[in-house]
Amino acid sequence: MSILQTPGSDGRFGDFGGRFVPETLVPACQELEAAFTDAWNDPAFRAELDHLLREYAGRPSMVTECHNLSEQLGIRLFLKREDLNHTGSHKINNVLGQVLLAKRMGKKRIVAETGAGQHGVASATAAALLGLECKVYMGEVDTARQELNVFRMRLLGAEVEAVTSGSRTLKDAVNEAMRDWVASVETTHYCLGSVMGPHPYPFMVRQFHRVIGSEAFDQMNDVIGTSPDYVVACVGGGSNAMGIFSGFVDTPAQLIGVEPAGGAAVHRGQPGVVHGMKSYLMQDEYGQVSEAHSISAGLDYPGVGPEHSYLASIGRAQYPTVTDDEVIAAFQLMSRAEGIIPALECAHAMAWISREAKNMQGKTVLMNLSGRGDKDVGQMMSILKDLM
Amino acid sequence: MTGRLESALRARIDGGGKCLVPYVTGGYPGWADAVRACAANGADAIEIGIPFSDPVMDGPIIQQASQIALEAGATPVSILHEVRSLDVGIPLAVMCYYNTVFHAGHERFANDLISAGVSAAIIPDLPLEEAGEWCAAADAAGIETVMLAAPTAPDDRLPRVADRARGFVYSVGLLGVTGERAELALTATTLAARVKKITKKPVLIGVGVSNAAQAVEASRVADGVIMGASVVHRMIDGGSEAVGLFVAEVRAALDGATW
Repeated sequence: MSILQTPGSDGRFGDFGGRFVPETLVPACQELEAAFTDAWNDPAFRAELDHLLREYAGRPSMVTECHNLSEQLGIRLFLKREDLNHTGSHKINNVLGQVLLAKRMGKKRIVAETGAGQHGVASATAAALLGLECKVYMGEVDTARQELNVFRMRLLGAEVEAVTSGSRTLKDAVNEAMRDWVASVETTHYCLGSVMGPHPYPFMVRQFHRVIGSEAFDQMNDVIGTSPDYVVACVGGGSNAMGIFSGFVDTPAQLIGVEPAGGAAVHRGQPGVVHGMKSYLMQDEYGQVSEAHSISAGLDYPGVGPEHSYLASIGRAQYPTVTDDEVIAAFQLMSRAEGIIPALECAHAMAWISREAKNMQGKTVLMNLSGRGDKDVGQMMSILKDLM
Repeated sequence: MTGRLESALRARIDGGGKCLVPYVTGGYPGWADAVRACAANGADAIEIGIPFSDPVMDGPIIQQASQIALEAGATPVSILHEVRSLDVGIPLAVMCYYNTVFHAGHERFANDLISAGVSAAIIPDLPLEEAGEWCAAADAAGIETVMLAAPTAPDDRLPRVADRARGFVYSVGLLGVTGERAELALTATTLAARVKKITKKPVLIGVGVSNAAQAVEASRVADGVIMGASVVHRMIDGGSEAVGLFVAEVRAALDGATW
């Protein structure tokens, strides 16, 4: 039996998950659960989604062997190239699925939250393609550090609202998107961007990202004839990690989800409930949710998807942390050694690999390069001043 | 057994009146005086908000009050400590988000409420399906758990929500978060009428009931109203005196109307 769970109507992965939402949203979550199950079992829906993933998003994404870094680090390093998808990250997998589903449910509008802007751009893109209205909530701190993505979303026809409440980052963007949804639920689908939130989102979003792991499993088999020793991905909410872990969770591969030191929900958090789910959460002694601090807007989140909490609780995956300084170094390392500029989020995975390579000599490591770094270049210009 | 909150509301209703439950954000500077002003000016019960970092059911006014309260150092412990000494003579309910309860532990939180003299709890992000553990602890301790009924609920859901409700059924006045609105939403009375049809418990409309006229309009169908943002807005602008005047004005309108 697979370690990957199909949650029942209580939406639980072990002790985690559930559906902790205002009463107003309960029927909408139930309706979404039924609609997703129906669509996922409908060959016509799957064929339409597969077609879009192939012809529009550019799947399958390839696996690249990093010869230079491998030699430098004494490991055999492969990258799953989600950065080469249309819109530049893995987010498009989930968004095409959800927007197709929203259309099938007769919704006219989607709302989305975004941190770094990758999910916002992907949502705006899918909404443009499939003819839905789109509104994206983004923390004011993030609209400043990811200005280019704000413009990109507006160019694609989406409305972008800067969120000024709370810490003005991803968690507050989620709050604001949920408030919008509470008021607009009859016409609007909440296109949640990670494996988090109330049931069925953590399950549904993971299913939409399973394509990453399924492809990578076959690709690694083709190249090395087996599974890699390590599968490494960065974790904020954890969607790219769940996507690639899903292909290897039943293999002997060690699964490593790398969290930022300032947003280490699994590493430093305790079980808690926010944004509709029970999961590990950074919080104070009274249960107030802590503000995360990370150089990467996409990982600046104090919680984590409930399935990661489950995998951590049963010891199937490990969730180490890396510091902002290690991330900045890894961002440059990959750029110079391989000619690939990674998203700052993925630079977390690279930072862990680079730090731990001494303990993995001769091993095969597959890293999910979940996004490209173009969006981060502006921010990095102000940090790497000596390159200017 | 009928709890203290339901008994108080029932007494008002049986006397031919309508219930008025103001909401005050706990921990906001001067909040305890605002609670006393509510009690002195005709409130039947008072809802005390325990501020949370991520209040998804709240609009800008209550968000602002919550944030100011948190910045002033308010915690569930400090608020309940102050509640203990309020002595206002009418039932008190806390409104808090579920992580505050979960983090403290269900039994401990229920007992803390009892020690503080609180009668009831309203937890807006704890729907029926997730409420089992809390309700067991609350029932055992004697805390009445108010359940929310939403305009989106299908007919087969409402009776289950009403059955689980203690104190009263909170009939959500609109699709949306707390805040003042120019007019009472049509959904407010439509839903309250649906709920009234299936339960004998008091049914109060809250969320989007913004002034005395709207309170009267809502109470044509419901047994009364909860008024949050309109009260908090006055607390922010004019302190407890403004709160007292407003509560008195709504009380007078409810008492002066013919039903």
